Amino acid sequence: MRLEPRSGASPTAAVLAPLGALGVSLLIGGALVMWSGASALNTFALVLRGAAGSQFALLETLTRATPLIFTGLAAAVAFRAKLWNIGGEGQLYIGAVLTAVLGTGLLPLPAPILVPILLLAGAIGGALTLLGPTLLKNRFGVDEVVTTLLLNFIVVLLVSLLLDGPLKDPMGLGWPQSPKVIPDAALPKLVQGKRLHAGFLLAVAAALAVWFVNARTTLGYEMRAVGHNPRAARFLGMPVDAVLLKTALLSGGLAGLAGVSEVTGLKGNLTLDLSPGFGYSGIVVAMLAMLHPLGVIAAAIFVAGMFVGADAMSRSAGVPNYIADVMVATSLLTMVVAMMFTRFRLRWR
Amino acid sequence: MIVEAIEILFATSLWAAAVRIASPLIFATLGELICERAGVLNLGIEGIMTAGAFAGWLTVYAGGDLWLGVLVAALVGAAFGLLHGTLVVPLGLSQHVTGIGITLLASSLTYYSYRLLFPKVTSPPRIAPFEPLAIPLLSGIPGLGDILFRQTPLTYLAFILVAVVAYGLYRTPLGLAVRTVGENPAAVEAQGIDVTLLRLGSVMAGSALMAVGGAFLTMSAFPAFFFQMVNGRGWICIALVVFGSWRPGKALLGALLFGLFDAYQLRLQQLAGAFVPYQLFLMLPYVLSIIALIAMSRRAAYPRALMVPYRKGER
Repeated sequence: MRLEPRSGASPTAAVLAPLGALGVSLLIGGALVMWSGASALNTFALVLRGAAGSQFALLETLTRATPLIFTGLAAAVAFRAKLWNIGGEGQLYIGAVLTAVLGTGLLPLPAPILVPILLLAGAIGGALTLLGPTLLKNRFGVDEVVTTLLLNFIVVLLVSLLLDGPLKDPMGLGWPQSPKVIPDAALPKLVQGKRLHAGFLLAVAAALAVWFVNARTTLGYEMRAVGHNPRAARFLGMPVDAVLLKTALLSGGLAGLAGVSEVTGLKGNLTLDLSPGFGYSGIVVAMLAMLHPLGVIAAAIFVAGMFVGADAMSRSAGVPNYIADVMVATSLLTMVVAMMFTRFRLRWR
Repeated sequence: MIVEAIEILFATSLWAAAVRIASPLIFATLGELICERAGVLNLGIEGIMTAGAFAGWLTVYAGGDLWLGVLVAALVGAAFGLLHGTLVVPLGLSQHVTGIGITLLASSLTYYSYRLLFPKVTSPPRIAPFEPLAIPLLSGIPGLGDILFRQTPLTYLAFILVAVVAYGLYRTPLGLAVRTVGENPAAVEAQGIDVTLLRLGSVMAGSALMAVGGAFLTMSAFPAFFFQMVNGRGWICIALVVFGSWRPGKALLGALLFGLFDAYQLRLQQLAGAFVPYQLFLMLPYVLSIIALIAMSRRAAYPRALMVPYRKGER
C-alpha cells in the first residue's frame, strides 16, 4: 500500500473529500453520543435546531462566528506562508486589552473617529504580539509554534494582572472585569434587540480584503511562494524574512481585531472568559476552509453552529456540550486527511 | 526580605519540591525527545498529558491498582501516539497541524468523558494517590536524602527512565536506528529496517511517556482530576527538549532547573505576594521557557529529518 501523487487536480476528489471528512466526524460524534445513552440522530437534530432552527438560533450562530472569522483568517494567512501562528488566543486578548484601555473613557471621541482608532489599535497590538515570535524565528531559528503557544499563557496572565489592578472596574463588586466601554466605542447591533453586531460585517470585509491580498497583490504571491518553498523563494531573490514579517503583521492584526470586536460589539468589557478558545478554534476554521479566506466565513459559521447548537442541545438533552469540541477536533483531523487525498491517491501495490 | 529570599534557597523543602515539580516534566520531555529523535514533532503532547492524567486517575477511582492506572495511562497515550503517528508518518500530513489536532481531540475527549461520567460533581472526586516512599539507608543521608529519596515511586520511575532511555538511545542497535531515522531515514531503509514502523513505534512509546507524565499530576501531585490541569506543561516540555539538545541527561537537568525555578517562585509568591502581583510569578515559567529557547538557539542541532515526511524512493 502506498501513496502516489495525482497527476492533475481531481474535481471528484475535491468534492468527495470534505464530505467524507464530515461523514467520519459525524460517525465518531454519533458513537460518543450513543455512549451517553442518548439517541445520536435525535441529538444531532437538536444541535441543528439549536444552531439554525430559528431566527434567534441563526443570529446566535453568526454572533459566535464573528470572532472565529477573524481568528480563522489570522491562521489561514499565516499558515499559507507556513508561519505557524498558534498564538491567536493571545493576540485576541491583546486587542481586547487595548480596547479596554482606550475605549472606556480615555479617548472621549465621537464614534466615527473612536471606533476606527480602537480597531487600528487592536490590530497593531495583535500584530506586534506576533512580531516578536516571528523575529525570533527569522533571527535565531526559534520555532514559532512553541513561542506563540507560550505567549498565550503569558498574555492571559497579563490580562488577569491588569483586571486585578489598573483595568479593574471600581464598580465591579470585586469581579475581575474592566469597566464598560463608552457608548461611542460600541459597535452598533445589526438587528434591533439582538446580539448580532457590526463586527460580523467587519469580519466579512476582512475576509474579502484578505482574499484580495492573496489573489491580486504581490504580497499574496510572495506569501504563497514562501509557504511553498522558502529556499526556492530565497533563491529567486524574494526577501523571505520580510515577507514573513508582513505575514505576521497581517495575521496578528486580524486576531487582534477579534478581541476588539468581541469587546466593543458583544461583551462591552474585558473579562478573563472573553474567549473560550477562539484562537485555537480559528486554526480548525482555517484548515476546514483549506486556508481560503472566503471559505473561512463558511467554516467559521459551521464551527460556531456546532458550538451554539451543542450548548442548546446540552441544556435539553443532557449530552455534555464538550461533544462540540470533540467534533471540531475530529473534523480538523479528518479534513487534513481528506485534503491529502485530493493530492494523492492510494495504490494497493 | 532579601535575606529571607536567600534563606529559602537553603531549605531542603525547596529542593524536594523542585524534584517533585520536575517529575511530570521529566516523563513528558523524555517522551517528546524520543518522538523528535525519530524525526516526528509531537504537538499532541499537551492533550496526551491531559488524557493520561484522566485515564490513570479514572482507573484508580474505579477500583484499580495505582500501577494499573499508570499502565492504562501509558496505553491511552500510546493509542493517541498511534493516531498521530499514522497521520504524519505513512500519510505524511503536516506535523504541526496534526499535533494541534491531537491535542484538541485528546483534551476534548477527556473533558467529554469526565462530564459524562461525573455530571454533577461540585468538588472533584479524590483517590488515594502514590505515597512518598523513603528508600532505606539513602533517605538517611542528611539533606540529599530528604530531597531525592523521600519521593513517590513515580518520581523514582522518572529518574530510572532517564537512564533507560539514555542507555537505549546510545548503547543499543534499536537506539541507533531511532537516532538515525531522525537524521537520515534513507540510511535506515538501506539497512533493511522499515522506516514507517520504526517511527510509528517511537511516537507510540514517546506518547505513552507523555501520558504517564500527565498521570503523575493526578496520581502523585494531586489526588484528583481538574479541567485545564496540565496548563501548558506540554508546551514547556517541548522547550525543554530543545534546551536539553535532544539528550536525555541534559533534558533531566533542564527539567530539574525548571522545577527549582517553579518551586522558588511559589515560595517568593508567599513572601512578596503583597507587593508584587502573583500573576508575574506565574508568568515566569513560560517566560523562562522562551528565554531558554533563545539562549539555546545558536547551539540547537535539530534532528535533520525532523518534520520531514519519508516516502520510499523519493528524494
